[in-house]
Amino acid sequence: MHELSIALSIVEIAEEEVKKAGGTQVEQIVLEIGSLASIEEEALAFAWQEAVKQTVLEKAIYVIQNTAGRAVCLACKREFELSFMYDLCPFCGDFRKELMQGKELRIKSLIII
Amino acid sequence: MCTTCGCSSDEPANMAQPGLQAKPLSVAGPPQKQFHLLERDVLQKNHHDAAHNRQHFEKSDVLAINLVSSPGSGKTTLLEKTILALKDEISFYVIEGDQQTMLDANRIEATGAPVIQINTGKGCHLDAAMVHEALHTMQPARHSILMIENVGNLVCPALFDLGEKYRVVTMSVTEGDDKPLKYPNMFESADICVINKVDLLPYVDFNLEKSKEHALRVNHKLKFFELSATKGDGMANWLNWLRLEHAGIPV
Repeated sequence: MHELSIALSIVEIAEEEVKKAGGTQVEQIVLEIGSLASIEEEALAFAWQEAVKQTVLEKAIYVIQNTAGRAVCLACKREFELSFMYDLCPFCGDFRKELMQGKELRIKSLIII
Repeated sequence: MCTTCGCSSDEPANMAQPGLQAKPLSVAGPPQKQFHLLERDVLQKNHHDAAHNRQHFEKSDVLAINLVSSPGSGKTTLLEKTILALKDEISFYVIEGDQQTMLDANRIEATGAPVIQINTGKGCHLDAAMVHEALHTMQPARHSILMIENVGNLVCPALFDLGEKYRVVTMSVTEGDDKPLKYPNMFESADICVINKVDLLPYVDFNLEKSKEHALRVNHKLKFFELSATKGDGMANWLNWLRLEHAGIPV
């Protein structure tokens, strides 16, 4: 379950940012998670409870913004949305594509108090 | 913080009256809420550590390979046979990642290659910092190959760059040929796909062509090696690829 490492990394970054800002805790954290990022939101929620104990994130509300997967077909050069990494180009059926979006795993913003 | 648009400013406001010098206005009140737009990658620290490892490998001419797969696909056997076949030509160093035990490290030690075992405990993957630490204990000689055998897991190790030049994912024909579709991130992040245990093909319901088709659907750049590490079939192509990569001849 890599979601625990992910949650711990988020705590580490939040601690650093709160210290930099001279605050005491985080009221809200917005995470951007791509639909192809291999993050199980339920597993993250479970890991979160443990990871944030006695940290600046203990009382924070977390908001997840999902980013859809997007790719450009290398055969017909058209862009398309994909739900799965193995999706074929819906226009020409080719399997060769370049992912443009969907693997994000970012802290977008924090409200520090 | 402005509750309308979420803007925040660290600069104190300036008030001015004609004829008087502007003075910062300070108002004591409840603790200020500060909105911080970060856009920080959660895995930033690992990316940084991996870049550091990669730089180190390039500087010391060490070819680093990250071996990933589900448990039981035959990574350790492939590693043993590879070292035994090439040890007179190439110096190998090995980092073994497992949750528990020294078993794999003991098998590698028997081949004569220096090996470090990392036990991740509850952890399900190696990260770049662990590899960095191992490099301080075992310094691979110049112009050698460092094989990093990751924890047997097709999910978590996909997210953690170790600083390797190539990521090699192994799937064996005793698994389903739909593995690449079920665990796309691992196949998408790999450079090479080894299909192992091909000697068992007559006895299992595994469609070799389908498995490659599935893997290419998630990563059209994958390069394949079909082999049997225990019986030796197809090993020559794999060993040759390693030889050429080690010699710095692009394949």
